[in-house]
Parts: sequence; C-alpha cells; structure tokens
Amino acid sequence: MNATTTLACKPGDYKSDVKPIWCPGCGDYHVLLAFARAFAELGRPAQEIVLVSGIGCSSRIPAYMSCYGFHGIHGRSLAVAAGVKIARPDLTVVVASGDGDGYSIGGNHFIHACRRNVDITYIVMDNRIYGMTKGQPSPTTEPDFDTALSPGGTGLRPFNPLVIALASGANYVARAFAGNPQEAGALIADAIRHPGFSFVEVLSPCVTYRPDQKAWKERVHPPPVEATDDPARAARRLMTDDGFNIGVLYRGNRVPYGPRAEAVVEDLAQFEAEFEF
Amino acid sequence: MADDPVSVSVALLGSGGAGVLTTGQLLLEALCRAGWNGLLTRSVGPQIRGGEAAALLRVSAQPVECHSGGFDLLLAIDWRNAARFDSEIALHPDGLVIGDPAGGEAPAAMVPASARRGDLRCAELCRLHPEWRANMIALGAAARLLAIPSEILERVIDNRFGHKGEAAMAANLAATRAGAEAVAAFALARALPPALASPGKRWLITGNEAVGLGALRGGVRFAAAYPITPASEILEWLAPKLARVGGSLVQAEDELASVNMIIGASYGGTPSLTATSGPGLSLMVESIGLATAAEVPIVVVDVMRGGPSTGIPTKSEQADLNIAVYGLHGDAPHLVIAPQSIPDCLLSTQWAVFLAEALQSPVIVLSDQFLGQAQGAIARPADIAFVGRRLRAQSAGGAYRRYAITGTGVSPMAIPGTAGGQYTADGLTHTERGVPTSGALDHSAQLDKRCDKLEQYDYGQLWATLEGEGDTAVLTWGSLTGVAREALTLAANRGVRARLIAPRLLAPTRPAAMRAALVGVRRVVVVEQSHGAQFHKYLRAHYDLPADTRVLQRPGPLTIRPTEICDALFAENVA
Ligand SMILES: Cc1ncc(C[n+]2csc(CCOP(=O)(O)OP(=O)(O)O)c2C)c(N)n1
Ligand code: SF4
Ligand SMILES: [Mg+2]
Repeated sequence: MNATTTLACKPGDYKSDVKPIWCPGCGDYHVLLAFARAFAELGRPAQEIVLVSGIGCSSRIPAYMSCYGFHGIHGRSLAVAAGVKIARPDLTVVVASGDGDGYSIGGNHFIHACRRNVDITYIVMDNRIYGMTKGQPSPTTEPDFDTALSPGGTGLRPFNPLVIALASGANYVARAFAGNPQEAGALIADAIRHPGFSFVEVLSPCVTYRPDQKAWKERVHPPPVEATDDPARAARRLMTDDGFNIGVLYRGNRVPYGPRAEAVVEDLAQFEAEFEF
Repeated sequence: MADDPVSVSVALLGSGGAGVLTTGQLLLEALCRAGWNGLLTRSVGPQIRGGEAAALLRVSAQPVECHSGGFDLLLAIDWRNAARFDSEIALHPDGLVIGDPAGGEAPAAMVPASARRGDLRCAELCRLHPEWRANMIALGAAARLLAIPSEILERVIDNRFGHKGEAAMAANLAATRAGAEAVAAFALARALPPALASPGKRWLITGNEAVGLGALRGGVRFAAAYPITPASEILEWLAPKLARVGGSLVQAEDELASVNMIIGASYGGTPSLTATSGPGLSLMVESIGLATAAEVPIVVVDVMRGGPSTGIPTKSEQADLNIAVYGLHGDAPHLVIAPQSIPDCLLSTQWAVFLAEALQSPVIVLSDQFLGQAQGAIARPADIAFVGRRLRAQSAGGAYRRYAITGTGVSPMAIPGTAGGQYTADGLTHTERGVPTSGALDHSAQLDKRCDKLEQYDYGQLWATLEGEGDTAVLTWGSLTGVAREALTLAANRGVRARLIAPRLLAPTRPAAMRAALVGVRRVVVVEQSHGAQFHKYLRAHYDLPADTRVLQRPGPLTIRPTEICDALFAENVA
C-alpha cells in the first residue's frame, strides 16, 4: 500500500450523508463504523480508497461512505476489485460482501482471489443468512436452522470460509466481531496494511432474521494464541476453532500479484512490423 | 475487385496434427511475398490431434475476402477423415486431386469423375527419410503447382524453421523438393493471374490479431479473459503486447470474473476489453447490464462459433446476433458493432473502444470464426485517429453529480483519485448523484439518459457499408459482407446491378440512415448465416423493408457462396 498520509482524519470524514436502509440494530451499522475507523487510522484520503461490493444488505455499504464506491452485481465484487487494483495499483481497494454474496454465488471468485493474491482486502459480513431476500439459508447457516425455504433446516454442513481462504492461498486471515467496532476497525486497518489478499470474516448479526445472534456478544472471545505465519499451524488451529475466535489467525508472506515489469514500448509500430512483408 | 475475380482455390487436407494448417500458412505467405493476394481459412474438427483439418486457400492478384464456389486443387496428406468435409469442399470438374494412395481414398462426393488425379506418396517418403515431414512434402507439391519461385518458398521456410538448425532446414528443403518433383507432370487447369508487380506495403494478418491491434490502437491497456475457441488468439496476441505497453492481461477464473475485472479496471480509468465466444457472452450478459446502468465503458468481443451450447466450437456461424442485441435484462441500451473483413476487425474494434469511451457504454463486437481465424494479405491499414477519450470530471467542488442529466446524455466521469469526485457507481437505479433510489421519476430519467446518449450520437459513415446502385439490394452483415460484394460483381457481369447494404453498427439501430440507404430499392435479399433468420427478424423489427424481401439463410458452418447470392439476385430479376 502506498499511503499518502494526511493528518487528523476522523472516522466521521469517511461517512457519506446517505441514510442506510438497514434495520435498526443491524450489525452492519457497526461494520460501517469499523470501516470509518480503519480508514481514519490509516489516514488515507477518501478519494484514494475504492470500496467495492456485490448485492445484499451488507453490500449496500459503499453508498454510506465518502470514498469511491462500486456497488456491482451479486457475487462478483472480488473480480471488480481485482480489475481496479491491477489497473490502478496506486489505490487502496477494499471489498465488502455478505455470506451469500461471497460464499455462495461468488464462491469460485473467493478461491481464485485467494490464489491470485492481489493486494486487496476482503471483508465478508457474515450473518449466516440471506438478509436482503428475507431469511433464506446461506452457506454458513447452521444445518438445523429452520427457514421457509428449508423447513427443518438444510441438513448441510456449513462452509468454513477461513479454512478455504487459508487453503487457497490468502495472505492474511482474520475474524472480527461487528459488536466491537473499535477492535474490528483496527483489524480491518491491519488487514489493509498487510500486502496481498487479506481476508477478514466479520460476524455481523442480522437482528431481523437471526435474532438468536444477539447472543454472539457473549460467545466471542480473543484467540488463545498469537497469529502465525505458518499455514500448517494456522490450519491446525482452525480445526479446533469454535467460530468465535476474534483476531488475526494467519499472516502470510507471499508476494502479491503484480504485472511483470517489462520494457515499455512507446510506439505500436513495433507490433505492426510482425505483420508486414 | 476486378470485374471477373480470377482466382485459384486450394484445399489442403489431413488429419489434425499432420500440419496442414502450417502448410497453408507457409503457402499463403510465399504467395503473398511473390506478389499475390490471398485468404486462408481453416476448418477443423473438435479433436485436439488426429481429427480432421483443412486449410482452405484462395489466391488472386486482387484482395480476397471470401472463398469461391469450388476448388482447383485438392491436396491431401492423408484422406483419413476427409469425408467429414464432404459438404464443405467440392472440386471443380477440371480440378486436380493429389493424394497419398497409402492414406485412403478421396471421398467420392468431393471429387467429380472428370477430375484429374495424381499421387503424392508422403507416407512412403517419410519412411525412407525419417527426418522429412509430410506437410513439407505437401508444401513443395502445392508450391510447384502454383508456380511459386523456389527462392521465395525457401525464404519463407527459413523464416519459420531456420531457428531449428541447419539439419532441420536441409530436411525441410529436401522434402519440399521431393514434393515438387512428385507433381512435376501436372498443372492446374486455370493458371494464377500474373502477380502484382509493385503491391506496396502489405500485412499478413488474421482477424483475431487485427482485433488485438485495434484494441491497442484504440487505447485498451487492460484485458481479462477466459480461454475459448475461436477467440483465444486475440488474448494470446494481446497478453505480451499489453505488458510491453504498460498494461496487463489477466486470465480470469471464468467469464463472470473476466467481464467484471474489465468493468473494475475501466471504472478506475483504464480502457478495457475482453474477448470470448457465445458461451462466454452468455455468462457475461448480467454484468454487461451492470456496465450499462453504472455507465462504465467496456468492449466485449464475441468471436461467434456454432451454437447453442458448445455447438461447433471450431466453425463459424452468425447466430449470436439475438443475444448481443437483445440479451440483457431490463431496458439496457448498449452498442453492437460487427466487423466485415479482416482489416475491418482492426477498424471496428478501434471504433468500439472509441465509442465505449466517448459514450461511457458497453460495446459488443461481433466477429466470427471465419474472420477471426482467417489469415489474409491486406493493404497496410492507415492509423485512423480513434483513440478513446472519456469525458472526465476534474476535481469537483460541491456535490458532484456523476449521473447528471446533460444535453448529450454523457456526464463527466470522476476517476478514483480525483478529489471531490467520490461517488458510488451503482447497478441499482440511482439519482443523478448516484444515490440508490426506487423512485419512478429517477428511474425513467436515467433510462432516458442512457438511451439518449446512444441515440443522439452522430455515428457518421461508419454505421454501414453502402455500395453500388440499382433497385435491388443485398442486405447482410459481418463476414458475409465480402461474399455479398463478390456476388454483386458476378451479378454485374450478368447485367444485373444491385446495392450492398451492410450495417456495421447493429445497435443502436439507425432508422433514418437505413431509410435513406433504401430509397429506390424495390427488392431486398437478406443474406445471413443463422438457422433462425435472426438478422431478417432484427431488420423487420427495426426497419421498413420493401414488400419484396426474401431471405437467403442457413446455419453455419456451410458458408454461403457468392454464386448462391448471385443466383438469388438473378432469380428475382428474371421472375
Ligand atoms: C443473480 C442474482 N441472484 C439472486 C439475487 C437475489 N439476492 C439479492 S441479495 C441475495 C442474498 C444476499 O445474502 P448475503 O450476501 O448474505 O447478504 P445479506 O443481505 O445477508 O447481508 C440474493 C440471493 C440477485 N440480486 N442476483
Ligand atoms: S435484514 Fe438483517 S442483515 Fe438486512 S438490514 Fe435487516 S438486520 Fe441487517
Ligand atoms: Mg448474509
């Protein structure tokens, strides 16, 4: 990240005047606050940050911030973000997504974004439900959670995003809790600072379709051990993870994706010569 | 084109992997270096190796845009799967068949009883000389029959294989000499017309390469794509070039990703392009709608192949017209441009980049397998001054309105990094500021804006090719334009004058311009390569055609021939 640091940025500077559509009490308000705190901590001017998202309650977030935003279609935010960052490495590119957007319809892009390791930061606001479409199960929904579309539950084993991220090559893997925006903001800032593809799963309760998630604030806890740069150790830790460890799990040291440096040709005539006879 | 296009056509056949396509390329290059013009197309089966492959070559003193009705020479390294070309390749009654008797029989349907036959014992020669290659023997034979000067042939072989060392080179030359000797007793019934004495600077280029160069000339500096036949050569040509001009090409995980990557790169201010074929375009349409709504310039090249589904991946068809023009959900005005020849692949792609940038809109370029994989000699294309220029917002004070309603419908676009220009590009219906809304008035205002900016723009002469005169018109598009042009020459020789009308700009439609083009036309023959007559239905939906309109149409891959169009015109006039 090449930061042009300006002094005295306040979290409030990063919020727009657009009023969120979220339900009162939605965890996403806190994620918004966490983003604002992270950007302020980094001191990055709003015009040098691009916040990309897909579709879902969570993906509404760009309009509520004062940086550049891109609110695309369902599931494709990581691809948009990769395009922005590869063509404009000078910008700070952050992606906001939901568990449906990021793990279901966008699941393939998640794997390949981890592999590709472009220097972007991926924040998934996981509420283990499709909020925007009114309460259908997502890949992280518990197997016995009853919904209209899945009476009695899906019976399916939940997707483990952190394991997938680690196995696919993400360079930074962490979990945050929306209920603690200060800590979540610091984690997001740390993730942005870390080179390569950084993934932060943010537990962000849906008060409307998952009122049971109000209990999350009692369940979250600090991780038992420090972050590691050893994928094998990180993987072992994930095996005993209860899903509520909050903090950085893995900090890798892979070299971020970047176009290979080659001599720059000014004149296209060089290419045209290959056709001439 | 001369009044009577005098040309010679050669079909080279062999199992896939036997090297007939290389033979075709070397032959074309040698002919062009010797002063002729030519066109080389390929027809191959789906197998990676060991299937069937044909290199189809037509040579003339004049530029060549299409194949004629039949072939003067059928030369086969082997006949193993040649029968699969039964319906595509037919020899003239006075034609010559050269083949290896050890490699099977020439399919009866291709070869009239009156044809002359000669042997080229490739397999036996290669057994005697293990270092020889059958396709080089075939090259020598074909070059001899076409009277290509041997020093030119040798130079072409040296250019291609010289790096493999002297021994390999000597083997190649010996093999070509053996091939030439084997056919020394034969001559083609029709000799090639004299080569051009001073043909000027020319290029030997494929349509796919021309698309790549058009993209670069237009200013494209980012591409993302997923490999697919027959578009991959565009990507393979662009990848190293983009790197050298300070851009990049990303191989994405799929077409959903590739189109969104170019949307992201373009949102960031870099003119961007992807290339695909029908299956990929199908995956991209939702995202192209996003680019329409968020007003992000992108160029999507579709090199059409036989569809639906995997269809015939290696052969040409014009059946993606519907999805290109109508495939987006919602009311999503965008541009569709169809190149008409190899040089037009360059021009149209460059124009597409220019228009995408000028109108902040997605542009679909509809090329096809015939154009994309055809290689031909063309006059060195002039560099037209189309370099994409986007109307940018400078650091804005006050509340920046990204989607401001302006007189032209185009509103200044802030590029990230521009202070005060922050906005959210949105696929949701939005206000002029870009704030999501579900208000009816905001919705219709933005729909109007996106429609107006495309409708009000002056596309000038490039919207269509308009040639000839008369009260009969051939209305066609894309790669059939060259075929129709030759048909009109044939018709003129038979005393019928007709016009050629071939829209290059398929969307937005240009009713006033088409009305003007059709003034005085009483009869129209629509010519297209789709089973469902997609082009005819499209024309009828948007343009007023005369009551006497008939359609000459069939699906790919059997290309419509100039003689068929000419006959259709003649039938009309006689009737
Ligand atoms: C292609 C497509 N399919 C379906 C939808 C409908 N849809 C909108 S949001 C959504 C799920 C969002 O869930 P999640 O990402 O978890 O976001 P949340 O609302 O929970 O924050 C779906 C299925 C859509 N917009 N586009
Ligand atoms: S539905 Fe759930 S996720 Fe969506 S805004 Fe309401 S509380 Fe938040
Ligand atoms: Mg969700």
